Amino acid sequence: MASVINSVAHVTGAPNWMDELDRRIINQLQGGFPISERPYRDAAQKLDTTENELITRIRCMLDDGLLTRFGPLFHAERMGGALSLCALKVPDDRFDEVTEAVNSFPEVAHNYQREHTMNMWFVLATETAEQLDEAIHRIEERTGLDVYNFPKQAEYYVGLNLQV
Amino acid sequence: MSQTASKNAVNETTPDLDRRLVLATQAGLPLHAKPYHWLASELGVDPELVMARMQAMLDSGRIRRIGVLPNHYRLGFVANGMTVWDISDDAVAEAGEQVGKLDSVSHCYRRPRHLPDWPYNLFAMVHGHNREEVMDEVEAIARLLGDRVRRYDVLFSTRILKKTGLRIGG
Repeated sequence: MASVINSVAHVTGAPNWMDELDRRIINQLQGGFPISERPYRDAAQKLDTTENELITRIRCMLDDGLLTRFGPLFHAERMGGALSLCALKVPDDRFDEVTEAVNSFPEVAHNYQREHTMNMWFVLATETAEQLDEAIHRIEERTGLDVYNFPKQAEYYVGLNLQV
Repeated sequence: MSQTASKNAVNETTPDLDRRLVLATQAGLPLHAKPYHWLASELGVDPELVMARMQAMLDSGRIRRIGVLPNHYRLGFVANGMTVWDISDDAVAEAGEQVGKLDSVSHCYRRPRHLPDWPYNLFAMVHGHNREEVMDEVEAIARLLGDRVRRYDVLFSTRILKKTGLRIGG
């Protein structure tokens, strides 16, 4: 259990210095950022703030890690890319070694440990479907474990729903 | 650099420009008062063209949305349960639409079963401030789905092992 990259256990709540404007930005700006000459100014008007203040707040929340990113969120498959969720059943005594092997693949975008016999769940992202199959094959070779592939068959309505 | 880029831009095809726009913005939009103009000068193209291509990608769904992507963990949503449901194939589409609309669910997909190990075909990611909150939501989903559910399970995440986000090369 030595190779923890990000432990989540110590995090207990949203930072108490967040104010009403930070919350409005998070709640109202998860989509709909304008495409215009001065989009921050246009968005700031709806948020009842100024262009400079909005840019500063977004920068601060990015620096502090409250925001993962700010900008366009791409639809990987519609951009021609390939994406899949995959799982492994990793024996407990091999977990760190297999984590290191799987994470070394640049195609692995996220990787989570979960409580189940299928205890490692990762997202593969590649530019083509062939590269995705190839990555799965190489991960199986490298780890000696079967990869369970869970490609998305349908995507249901997903809301902009994280509210603070 | 912009002079060379401008020459290249003369014969640039739309797919090439779209690809360069993805590469230039996948880490984020510039925090400048005129971000699309800033991108245009980086790429050596007309700002109007940048805005037109961004709008076209948004309209076609290749860009899902433009805005902030909050970090669930940092905002206190530290419990993350991947809920998985075994729903008959003829009922899964309607069930997925209903579950995807719930506030606690951030993603909802149909994925293949791997029998006999894995009977589940509907995946819904549920976030909460703690496990109890997630389990309350799971019970709400179970009630909503009623007797359409044959089996279900919740896989809590215990560690983030890697998180780099989606990137294309270039």
